[in-house]
Amino acid sequence: MNSVHDLGGMHGMGPIEYEKNEPVFHSPWEAHSFALNMAVRAGRKWNIDAGRHEIELIAAPEYLRMSYYEKWVARLESLLVKTGLVTKTEIETGKPAPGSPKAAPFITADKVPAMLRTGALASRDVAVEQRFQVGQRVRARNINPEGHTRLPRYARGKIGIVDRHHGVYVFPDTNAHFRGENPQNLYSVRFAARELWGDEASPRDSVYLDMWDDYLEPV
Amino acid sequence: MALRVKALESLLVEKGIVDPAALDALIDTYEHKIGPRNGARVVARAWTDPAFKQRLLTNATAAIAELGFSGAQGEHMVALANTPKVHNLVVCTLCSCYPWSVLGLPPVWYKSAPYRSRAVIDPRGVLREFGLELAEDVEVRVWDSTAEVRYLVLPECPAGTEMLTEDELAALVTRDSMVGVAKVASPAEGARA
Repeated sequence: MNSVHDLGGMHGMGPIEYEKNEPVFHSPWEAHSFALNMAVRAGRKWNIDAGRHEIELIAAPEYLRMSYYEKWVARLESLLVKTGLVTKTEIETGKPAPGSPKAAPFITADKVPAMLRTGALASRDVAVEQRFQVGQRVRARNINPEGHTRLPRYARGKIGIVDRHHGVYVFPDTNAHFRGENPQNLYSVRFAARELWGDEASPRDSVYLDMWDDYLEPV
Repeated sequence: MALRVKALESLLVEKGIVDPAALDALIDTYEHKIGPRNGARVVARAWTDPAFKQRLLTNATAAIAELGFSGAQGEHMVALANTPKVHNLVVCTLCSCYPWSVLGLPPVWYKSAPYRSRAVIDPRGVLREFGLELAEDVEVRVWDSTAEVRYLVLPECPAGTEMLTEDELAALVTRDSMVGVAKVASPAEGARA
């Protein structure tokens, strides 16, 4: 979706504010919002792409105003309701509905180290036709889906060169909407800075983006 | 926000969905166990062991796992070597993708709109804001983390470090140098800073 999360290439966002000796979390609520998201995600009621998309759905003015962990709290609340794990009333009251059954936790403390050490692979060990080769010139398709995509606006319609082939990976555009993993080949594509930004850009510089088969067309 | 998160947490605990001890374990892990010191050990190893450096640049996920670092947000790693003529810079313009397994959780500036918007269109200007002025003949490569591949910059080893041990080298390596917004200062420069 063409919302403000797709920030690449915009001006007017102000200077970069750098904090020296920044703590991992700035307050206990940040730490807990992070941990709550991770602990509920362990239940696999939604995938990582759906989680990202839920943050993109935050209205653009709010998106820019909210801090990172404020967005994580909003995302968690809305996905908990959408997946039926809790009701809106329960969120509003902070109390389980009378008579609601008690669940078993998705993850217990003893399983946390193994969960983090293993992670979750996004690659898939399946044979999918590789439509592009390293060194090939490709054009990023000009698509403007209302749903989730990882093809930023600044690259759409631009020509680049396939720099490396990563393998076969889950396709976020369908996975985020629970329409299947649709695994396909993923490439790193090099775009010259001048192709993206015009002649004012340095002739030496470039931007590399990871792109799936469905984002690309031959030139 | 503190009250809202507290209410949500007590609801999820009461419903049995969340184990409070698991929350403490998650927080403790990212506050104390997984952070940029992991990445610094990878870099120091690459500086002292050419065979490891080769493995790191060929298959970063496997090479990093040799040092015991793996898993969440580091499942698919690629290492990018800086040289006198090539400077790599990592960003995620669409959200805040970051190699947690080697750098921990990202700092606020990395997740902020100013960095995410300008790193791709004006990387040299962004680097200047971080105090790093690159010569015109240096090639800047920006890596926009649009998929689940996570990028780690292998900074250049500073001069005057030939006598240092791997541990001493690791102590020089900063988080910022592994994102690509800084170089690693030599021990003499570091003492002045």
